[in-house]
Amino acid sequence: MTVHAATRSTSKRASLPDKYKLFLMVLPFILLVLVFSYGPLFGWSYAFFDYRPGIPLSRESFVGLKWFSALVSSPVQRAEVMRVMTNTIAMSLLNIACSVLPVAFAVFLSEVKTPWYKKSVQILTTLPNFISWVLVYSFAYALFNTNNGFLNGLLLKLGVLQRPVNFLADPSHTWLKMCVWHIWKTLGWSSIMYLAAIAGIDQELYEAARIDGAGRFQIMWHITVPGIMETYFVLLLLSIANFISNGMEQYFVFQNPMNRNRIEVLDLYVYNIGLGGGSFSYATAVSILKSIVSLTLLFVANGLSKAIRGNTIL
Amino acid sequence: MRERQAVKLRLSGGDIAFNALNYLFFGLFTLLCVFPFYYLFINTISDNQVSSLGDVMFYPVGVHFGNYVEVLKIRGIGRAALLSVGRTGIGTGLMVLASATCGYLFTKEKMWMRKFWYRFVVVTMYFNAGIIPWYITMNTLKLTNNFLAYILPTIVSPYNIILVKTFVESVPASLEESAQLDGAGFGIILVSIIIPLIKPILATIAIFGAVSQWNAFTDTLFLMSDAQYFTLQFLLYRYLNEAASLAALLKSDPTLMANMDLSTMQTPESVRMTVSMVVVLPILFVYPFFQRYFVKGIMIGAVKG
Repeated sequence: MTVHAATRSTSKRASLPDKYKLFLMVLPFILLVLVFSYGPLFGWSYAFFDYRPGIPLSRESFVGLKWFSALVSSPVQRAEVMRVMTNTIAMSLLNIACSVLPVAFAVFLSEVKTPWYKKSVQILTTLPNFISWVLVYSFAYALFNTNNGFLNGLLLKLGVLQRPVNFLADPSHTWLKMCVWHIWKTLGWSSIMYLAAIAGIDQELYEAARIDGAGRFQIMWHITVPGIMETYFVLLLLSIANFISNGMEQYFVFQNPMNRNRIEVLDLYVYNIGLGGGSFSYATAVSILKSIVSLTLLFVANGLSKAIRGNTIL
Repeated sequence: MRERQAVKLRLSGGDIAFNALNYLFFGLFTLLCVFPFYYLFINTISDNQVSSLGDVMFYPVGVHFGNYVEVLKIRGIGRAALLSVGRTGIGTGLMVLASATCGYLFTKEKMWMRKFWYRFVVVTMYFNAGIIPWYITMNTLKLTNNFLAYILPTIVSPYNIILVKTFVESVPASLEESAQLDGAGFGIILVSIIIPLIKPILATIAIFGAVSQWNAFTDTLFLMSDAQYFTLQFLLYRYLNEAASLAALLKSDPTLMANMDLSTMQTPESVRMTVSMVVVLPILFVYPFFQRYFVKGIMIGAVKG
């Protein structure tokens, strides 16, 4: 009897249609997505309450759009928002302006005709992309600190400086410094994509151009560059979509009381006022506005791509 | 014939100057990328007193390797290293397994509401609730000050699922069909047929996943307040920012103070630099093996969902 029941239950399981069996197999992963990606969306409701950590939402008072209007409520607050937005936009614009550097890097590196040299440059300049921003800051600290940093030591020895300079705390040129660190970390890596695109250009084009008597720069400009413009354009559109999301990690590790006013981008601001300062509801309201703007930008970039290239990026 | 020679001659005049400048530029930039790694390394193997004066600039002075032994004795560092290794190993393993499973199953048109579930997963790439709602969710799930917080949220990676799915679609369906006729279920086909065939893409996502797990830092910052859950990256950040607490930690530890030889005694600088090297060494070590996956990794990334 038990044997019979067992066989019946196996045959029953086997007869479960494939379409549900397949679904049941992905279900655990769908649940993970539900919890960790969709779950936090419910937290958006905290923007409409006077949330204090540790008290359940049901006992908080509903305040409607108070936190959204708080953004522009007083001149002080308006100045604060302006400052953060200026930092965010300035750093994004700088990074977008610098996005031609990997293109140039790849175009010129492909003119290096010694294979081992080219390969070594490529491998070694990509290395910084694989270390964390904490480590980048550790390098920055070791090289630029006031007590025993490399640069201060060098400049003092050479007699350029009389007293050590605190390069890291100095708030001048913060945007530019952040941009330079960003270039240092990502230039080699970003150029790999373009190098791969260049490798895919038909060699006969180069042959033909050479026979026609085109000079080196003419070949670079009329064959190599057009060959990678498509790739560049897609990445440019994606950077429009990320215009106000420049992440917080880089700016977080480099921030200090001296440079805070110039380094605080939107993502860092949300962290500083939220988890740092305890204004959960206000920080959530800022997050919501940011998400709406980001999503709009994504659709704008997608629409632009469709209109110009006839192809979407989503 | 003569014409061709003339062309060649005309070009090679400017070529020499161009090449010289071009090679020089790339040489200098490469040096700029590598020097910080070298600078930290020579400082960690130099006399700690000379190093803390900033006098080790281009080559090591008074070479010793004591820092790498001493630094592991500092309270918390061994544990942090174990956590970093653990989250990298377990987190990456589960992520690869999940990507392979989902990437394969989402190619099955028979699946109930397949298109909907696929989009349900993939669309999460494009939105982010923000860190406060994220923190509140994790807190509600009791995942603050909990090792699982490093693992669970990273298992499903929509981007990697797209990569695997695209790859599986290029595998000839006939291979799978013959196994199906033999009565093999989806699980068996996945393990015995699909996974061996998609190894290259799994290796690529494993490498990129491992690097991002090893380098992860903000999740500790957001979710962990208890020092026993600090990873190496976070500990390094603390050492860089809280000079006073690091100096106190060194003074309070009798085993570190027992070593009265000044040239090898730990200083805040030596600890910072040595921990930095400990954090970067695994990356340097696997780098030669995984750099050949770069181009593949990026190029496949160009595929859309």
